Amino acid sequence: MQRRDFLQLAGLGGGAIFSASLAGCATAGRPQDEFYFVQLSDAHWGFQGPPNPDARGTLPKAVAAVNALPKAPDFIVFTGDLTHTTDDPVERRRRMTEFRQVVSDLKVKTVHFMPGEHDAALDRGAAFKEMFGDTYYRFDHKGVHFIALDNVSDRGTTLGAEQLAWLQAELAKLDRDAPLVVLAHRPLFPLVPKWDWHTRDGEQALALLMPHPNVTVFYGHIHQEHHQMTGHIAHHSARSLMFPLPAPGTAEKPLPVAWDPAAPYRGLGWREVEVEGAKTERVEHAVSAT
Amino acid sequence: MKRRQLLLMGVAAGAALSGARAQTPREIEVTAQRFRFTPNVIPLKAGEPVVLLIRSLDFAHGFFVPDLDLRTDLMPGRVIRLAFTPPAPGRLAFLCDNFCGDGHEGMDGHFEVA
Repeated sequence: MQRRDFLQLAGLGGGAIFSASLAGCATAGRPQDEFYFVQLSDAHWGFQGPPNPDARGTLPKAVAAVNALPKAPDFIVFTGDLTHTTDDPVERRRRMTEFRQVVSDLKVKTVHFMPGEHDAALDRGAAFKEMFGDTYYRFDHKGVHFIALDNVSDRGTTLGAEQLAWLQAELAKLDRDAPLVVLAHRPLFPLVPKWDWHTRDGEQALALLMPHPNVTVFYGHIHQEHHQMTGHIAHHSARSLMFPLPAPGTAEKPLPVAWDPAAPYRGLGWREVEVEGAKTERVEHAVSAT
Repeated sequence: MKRRQLLLMGVAAGAALSGARAQTPREIEVTAQRFRFTPNVIPLKAGEPVVLLIRSLDFAHGFFVPDLDLRTDLMPGRVIRLAFTPPAPGRLAFLCDNFCGDGHEGMDGHFEVA
């Protein structure tokens, strides 16, 4: 029995399963390189306000839910805005220290962190680098290449020439047909430019990725699920762990959706991503009040 | 050269792009300060060349008009001249597109083009 089948039978987690392809799921054998990881995003640790009366409790709830998964993920990615922005460099580091303390309760110890603009834009990533390391990097796992991009440390939301050159060099080392997962905070495509939901030079990154036939992008920033294709590249945004934002372009400003006491934590969540070769399958989880 | 770069070259380029060389562009002063533009609603006329004189008081904000693919950085203490001609009636959003802190997401405004 595969993990997904087990989840469905057990009804665990309140997750909803989405897949581009389920081929192979019915086979008895489990390919050795199949694995899954968890994406957490936009915790905004340090935020206080009516959009989340449980601002200090929501991330711990997600940590507990991940720890309760019947089979541990191979690793966890955190796609930015770990903390809520502050002008005070001391307070920024205090929030990052607290955040790190909260997520240290995760049983899975391999966690790949990425910055969001709230973490990194005001000091160009200085505090993030001190606490979490590089802001962009590559790692490989069971035949799948992962590339984490930084489109936030520059206040102007650019990747910049240096990072684009690095990306080009990294991609040149790879087999073009190999599965490739790109992680970022902001959308690499122009989702809603009038809300600043884009990456100013994202099209250059996408142009570099286009020759690779098996690319999937997971990102955060917009505090909700959103799924879009640019050519053959699939882009999936994740829910937040602090407050949801309006659906793309549907409000005057991209400001937090009001907390609903009748449906606490509505719109907040995280996801599992199963990877089997070039196929990915998402299992979406809502943050639960219990 | 990209259209965006042309637009950023200043009054002469803006006027040339609009095809309105004979008109003297109307100048409009705009102030940028965390986390607002003043004014944040600016009436314009379609086809009328204008020059925004934008002064930032506190931060290297950005000024971005997505529908015109027009943007510039604002350096504190300097007046940035941004020339353009609104092509048609309607509403044109503008916003700060350099992350400037807690409130950045609400730093925007729009042109009302008659």
